[in-house]
Amino acid sequence: MSAPLTSTTLPAAPGVGYKPQHFQSIIADAGAVKWLEIHAENYMGDGGRPLAQLRHLAERFPISVHGVGLSIGGEGPLDPDHLARLRHLMSWLNPASFSEHLAWSTHDSHFYNDLLPLPYTDATLARVCSHITQVQELLGRQMLLENPSSYLAFAESTWEEPAFLQEIARRTGCGLLLDVNNVFVSATNLGLRPQDYIDAYPLDLVGEIHLGGHDEDTDDHGAPLLIDSHGAEVVDPVWALLDYTLARSGPKPALVEWDTDVPDWVLLEAEAARAGRALAQLRKAA
Amino acid sequence: MQRAPDFTRAILDARLPVPEGLLDGQSRPAGRRFNVYRNNVAVSLTEALEQGFPTVTRLLGEENMKGLAGLYLRSHPPRSPLMMHYGADLPTFIEGLDQLSHLGYLADVARLELALRQSYHAADAPPLDPLYLGTLAPEDLMRTRLALAPSALLLRSHWPIWSIWHYHTTPGAPKPEAGGQNVLICRPEFDPAPLLLLPGAATWIAALEAGRTLGEATESAATATADFDLAATLALLIEGQALTVPPR
Amino acid sequence: MSTTHKSLALAGAVAAALTATLASQAAAQAKEKCFGVSLAGQNDCAAGPGTTCAGTSTVDYQGNAWTLVDKGTCAEIELPAMADGTARQGALEALERDLPA
Repeated sequence: MSAPLTSTTLPAAPGVGYKPQHFQSIIADAGAVKWLEIHAENYMGDGGRPLAQLRHLAERFPISVHGVGLSIGGEGPLDPDHLARLRHLMSWLNPASFSEHLAWSTHDSHFYNDLLPLPYTDATLARVCSHITQVQELLGRQMLLENPSSYLAFAESTWEEPAFLQEIARRTGCGLLLDVNNVFVSATNLGLRPQDYIDAYPLDLVGEIHLGGHDEDTDDHGAPLLIDSHGAEVVDPVWALLDYTLARSGPKPALVEWDTDVPDWVLLEAEAARAGRALAQLRKAA
Repeated sequence: MQRAPDFTRAILDARLPVPEGLLDGQSRPAGRRFNVYRNNVAVSLTEALEQGFPTVTRLLGEENMKGLAGLYLRSHPPRSPLMMHYGADLPTFIEGLDQLSHLGYLADVARLELALRQSYHAADAPPLDPLYLGTLAPEDLMRTRLALAPSALLLRSHWPIWSIWHYHTTPGAPKPEAGGQNVLICRPEFDPAPLLLLPGAATWIAALEAGRTLGEATESAATATADFDLAATLALLIEGQALTVPPR
Repeated sequence: MSTTHKSLALAGAVAAALTATLASQAAAQAKEKCFGVSLAGQNDCAAGPGTTCAGTSTVDYQGNAWTLVDKGTCAEIELPAMADGTARQGALEALERDLPA
């Protein structure tokens, strides 16, 4: 099969996480949305509508492949079957970008369908780096690594998250995917200032920004506990954090993720348009 | 230090204490913060099962389905990150549960829903041009082999699985009556649907799948079922795009 | 039936099937390939991991024990097991089971 002509970089413009129910609307008029992101695992079937839609979209939009099941932060070796499936998808689709999470989801051959946290130590650093190097060598391209949403901290951690990510990128040559909602969620949950996180973050390594909605809950002490639900609009403080970030990073591809209680296209496109305005404002100021 | 063994055990069993050394931002024990992971895992896998087995969910009711899913996801966590395949062991699991032994049909209904999902993601294959069959001389027709598309899946049941599925997906459909039904899942274009098979058709399709010629398959179907209707069965498969070009 | 008879009967049945499907084939060819419309329940794998809104509140279905309560449509369907616990089986084509794994 010949590879479709896909863009090899994402534009510094708004994108959205692709949902099949939006297919017709996107083809009719994508509005502010200039590129699409898919979850790799949903396109690892053998055929049918998911792959037909993806082939069709890839001829029209730059595609970012976002893995949610590689378990880069796992304690065991990466799953060779899953790596082979990923290589197959990446090779026929030839997307503009590939990203995964600083998290784990598989242990002892069981997949937990969640992005589980890891302590930040010299040992986990070495393991994550070896997994990323393996993936990059397999795919023959750079990948981006995304910062997680944190609900708790590990007593044994010796690295701050921004420094940990920076060191991974230095050792492996990978880029970073900065999820500003995750920064806001983690900072709130662990009693930190989100701006301090951004100030400590190596923004020059960022290849993509994520935005998304979260839920509000509380912990045992009544302190706010935000949950990264991807099920609502992006809140104003996160938009403000996007502005804060862009002012320091310059324009970046900016993606709105909405995965649960998926809204009509009109609402999702409006969120993307708001990201587009944040990017446009930046160009005006420059 | 290995974190994953304790972490995953405590995720799947909420009676276990939260693992040591998990903290909030002020170095206090994380406490219920850990429940975010417990709930993400249990709820997302439960939702995947409800979404993948909508008729089983309606037969049991949502509350019961959550109970069944809670048992299943803990004894059969996914073995792959491809959630499109999750629940493959659910039919067998259902058969082993005392609580469900009075619902003998439930496992086969689950098999039907599993096959629909399998068909949805099956490889694409060019449908057989039916006019090709018309060009063959009668004796060549006898020797011809037909291949089923990867999305065409045969199910045989001692229960009225098609009627049960139909009752739950089509408003006004009649209540199922006792009796076994055989079904062929067909996927014309992209949307799979179960087609109810006439007597003898399952034998015929199984023979084709086993590589028998059209003549042999027809002979065995007619032997098993005297009133096997080849024309109607072949028409069903053509319309369902269940036939593809056989490998040479 | 002789071999010739059988092959002619087969050819007749195939011709009948082709006639029956000709109209619907033409309709299918005229129809545009429909990428977009997905029927409900085809399992397009909606959410990625880690994106539910379940929060910290206790999940009731913790999987330690589960008792069936009458809530679903199974109460409407009268296909009970026999008194000895074996399933009531249909008579139609009592073949060996051949179901996909």
